[in-house]
Amino acid sequence: MSETVLDVQGLSVDIATPRGTLHAVRDVSFQVRRGETLCIVGESGCGKSITSLAIMSLLPQTARRTARRLAFLDEDLASASGRRINALRGNRMAMIFQEPMTALNPAYTIGDQLMEPYLHHKKAGRADARERAIELLGKVGIASAAERLGQYPHQLSGGLRQRVMIAMALMCGPELLIADEPSTALDVTIQAQILRLLADLQQELGIAMVLITHDLGVVARIAHRVTVMYAGEVVEEGAAERLFGAPRHPYTRGLLSCIPIPGRTERGGQLGTIRGVVPSLIGEPFQGCGFRDRCDFAREACQRTVPLHESGDHRWRCVLDGLPT
Amino acid sequence: MTSATASSGTVAASLPAPPGLLRRIWRNKAVIVGFGLLLLILLMAIFAPWLAPHDPYHQDLTNRTVPPFWHDGGTWIHPLGTDPLGRDYLSRLLYGARISLLIGGAVAVISGFIGTTMGMLAGYFGGKTDMVVSFMITTRLSMPVILVALATVALLGGSLWVVIMVLGLLKWDRFAVVMRSATQQVRSLDYVAAAQAAGASTPRVLLGEVLPNVLPHLVVVVTLEAASAILLEAALSFLGLGVQPPLPSWGLMISEAKSYMFFSFWLIAIPGTLLALLIFSINLAGDGLRDLFSPEGRA
Amino acid sequence: MSTPMMQAHGLTRSFVIRAGMFAPKRTLHAVNGVDLAINKGDVLGIVGESGCGKSTLARMLLGLTPPSSGSITLDGRDIRELGRRPLARRVQPVFQDPYSSLNPRRGIASIVALPLEVHGIGTPRERRSKSIEILERVGLPPRYADNTPGQLSGGQRQRVAIARALVMNPGIVICDEPTSALDVSVQAQILNLLLDLRREFGLTYVFISHNLAVVEHIATQVAVMYLGQVVEQADTAVLFRQPRHPYTQALLASVLTPEPGLGIPDTGLGLAFPDPLNPPAGCAFHPRCAQRIAPCNTIVPPLVESPLGKVACHLHPAAPVPAAAPTPAPSSPLSLPDTPQ
Repeated sequence: MSETVLDVQGLSVDIATPRGTLHAVRDVSFQVRRGETLCIVGESGCGKSITSLAIMSLLPQTARRTARRLAFLDEDLASASGRRINALRGNRMAMIFQEPMTALNPAYTIGDQLMEPYLHHKKAGRADARERAIELLGKVGIASAAERLGQYPHQLSGGLRQRVMIAMALMCGPELLIADEPSTALDVTIQAQILRLLADLQQELGIAMVLITHDLGVVARIAHRVTVMYAGEVVEEGAAERLFGAPRHPYTRGLLSCIPIPGRTERGGQLGTIRGVVPSLIGEPFQGCGFRDRCDFAREACQRTVPLHESGDHRWRCVLDGLPT
Repeated sequence: MTSATASSGTVAASLPAPPGLLRRIWRNKAVIVGFGLLLLILLMAIFAPWLAPHDPYHQDLTNRTVPPFWHDGGTWIHPLGTDPLGRDYLSRLLYGARISLLIGGAVAVISGFIGTTMGMLAGYFGGKTDMVVSFMITTRLSMPVILVALATVALLGGSLWVVIMVLGLLKWDRFAVVMRSATQQVRSLDYVAAAQAAGASTPRVLLGEVLPNVLPHLVVVVTLEAASAILLEAALSFLGLGVQPPLPSWGLMISEAKSYMFFSFWLIAIPGTLLALLIFSINLAGDGLRDLFSPEGRA
Repeated sequence: MSTPMMQAHGLTRSFVIRAGMFAPKRTLHAVNGVDLAINKGDVLGIVGESGCGKSTLARMLLGLTPPSSGSITLDGRDIRELGRRPLARRVQPVFQDPYSSLNPRRGIASIVALPLEVHGIGTPRERRSKSIEILERVGLPPRYADNTPGQLSGGQRQRVAIARALVMNPGIVICDEPTSALDVSVQAQILNLLLDLRREFGLTYVFISHNLAVVEHIATQVAVMYLGQVVEQADTAVLFRQPRHPYTQALLASVLTPEPGLGIPDTGLGLAFPDPLNPPAGCAFHPRCAQRIAPCNTIVPPLVESPLGKVACHLHPAAPVPAAAPTPAPSSPLSLPDTPQ
């Protein structure tokens, strides 16, 4: 069993809004080990992006983060000073964002942006940084790397920019990589390439990767472990094969039934749906299960605190101990 | 039809509505103070005939330059004193408000109409229309407004209506620029395409779909341009090329008072303060309006 | 075979782009020679990635953008002759972005009634009641009638857009990525709704999407576009089972179904990226094609029709025309490489 790189326990994030306090993330726990890909999956508003920002200490001013434990290897992120966090970010913990169009600064060359984290964190000379940049551009599959260094972001396509983002994240040899919807804004064929690249790099470099997405197809193909989030909570977590093969939480199952699979779902037939809408998380802290108004198996007990079940390394938060088939 | 009706039956209330408009207005101090002051000045202007103790044009040479009531020598017959020609100052101020507000309003309407039309057409049609309008805007921007106004007035003679026409025909540029870019933004949105696809004619699309959504921008520019017009008139009148005496324009009053600045300071201070207050309140109201419209105006 | 309801012949749309006042003009061929036939009751899926021209094509079919050349006919009549309003009564859109496809300053019922208003159909009261009736049909109860779009969720807004498209009983609805901006669970609801409505009202759809799984689910026929041209078109089942064009194969290979353990496929496409302003010579796809052969970089492959569908690829050339000449040698390079199963 390899080392735990990221340990999140009881993470909660409250955000102050004009309409009240938004309990965006509620008591979320998960671990990521070396060489493992954990996918956090959920629909819009479930809190997955806020979770990633909370880990990287990139939350807005209006947000307040609390956690029982928030640790990167043996660093306690919850109590670390601003300086310590800055020393870790971009260095041993890296993040890539969704929009390659806007995540790169249009005023600086690719080379400048690539070398910046390396120069800053490793206190290296420009020649070393340049060499490393070329090495990494090659690793992410960009040919004629030396010429690319002098180019500006607008001269590259979306797929190339995302590769540059990945290279940038890897410059200092991070042990944890958080990718927030890294392929969502890209064309379908490019998406497959980028994901393949991430998977290959992870294998080769033994990084712990957290990949956030709403796309269950992506999750199935790239994740070792999956964390399903709904209304700010983790509702199910487990190994990918088991979760997709036999989901335990009604939301997970509902979600899987919504997706058309060529060759499997009946063409032109009705897709599964989940009725209702996500409950509001603003105001008083939500009691009980957030899914109860939309669940076919809801009962009275769902209004109160919902127990956490465990079966091996598969966990789910439900009053039911598994779903009827 | 399980999916459609089942989901409709249990669809919870739609997303929480943003705090009501009235409540937001109440919380927006800029709007309250700005419009409050504006309203005050407007009331002053409207009710001038009833509020003014004397005829603003009546000269009383025996009572020249009487100081306001708080000085020695002041009386309550002329609460704010009289000007060098013996005319009651308070009455002149009250009637002067009319002139300023009239100028601000009329110029805003004329230039607003011209500029908005040009800007919207340029933003909506693009291409050659845009090229022509942009050229006209650039040309207009290269003209110094004050000099052109001065030249025109010098040619045609100063009067209230000349000033209004000159300023109205010159000050449309900001309207055009702002409305053009606002229209361009709205133009690319799908609801405009949907209206066109529904068979709507161009005027209907412009007036029914585009205009209501660029209105917030228009309102903000109107307030700014009205304030600017008022100041310009004051400047022109100060230079003797705006409104002509004996009209009680505040700018003119300041001009008439400048030689008495060190002896009868109130002659210049009071209209100056009022002018500043008016401009301030218009700008404040415009600021507040901009805040009010921004969170709401999410397309 | 009856006449297709709607047809496009040699449709092109070009834009002249100029980088600045003194830069040279360049032409962007957004749509570069497209022929389509849409039969009544079809769901024609159009798939392709960014820059393939599918959205421009949609706008042309709606009459919003005039073609640079070519024509579109509706029931045999050229739509330019038909006129804006008659066309609008027959062909209506559902757009991708639920947040920009509804006028934020109008109430829902008013938005849905707009087409009726434009065509002068009924009195204001009748229009409103028709509008509410159709809103109910798409799953929005009457109490929403005077809400503004800002008070609705993405899925609800998309329902409003669908109601607006249907209020005049059009024959054809052009859906431009109608579910791409929605959550998966909402997407399923909208797709179910679209399928229901098609059955109930006898609608014909043109369904544009980059999501192949969704297209496979809903479409009867699929056309694949690349850089402004249709590179393959076939019945859904045939296309998905036996994609012939290498681009179609790559697209299908990129579909990531939620089936664990299958890993991420290698699309074999390489890093070359098409520049619409500077398209490659010959077959537009050839720089990225792993299966290219000699003629690909010089000769544009024509769209060839066969029982399997249409494809524009040198790997699948037209069958030789039978002639009185001696039978060609069995190893002739012109024999069809694939025979129907």
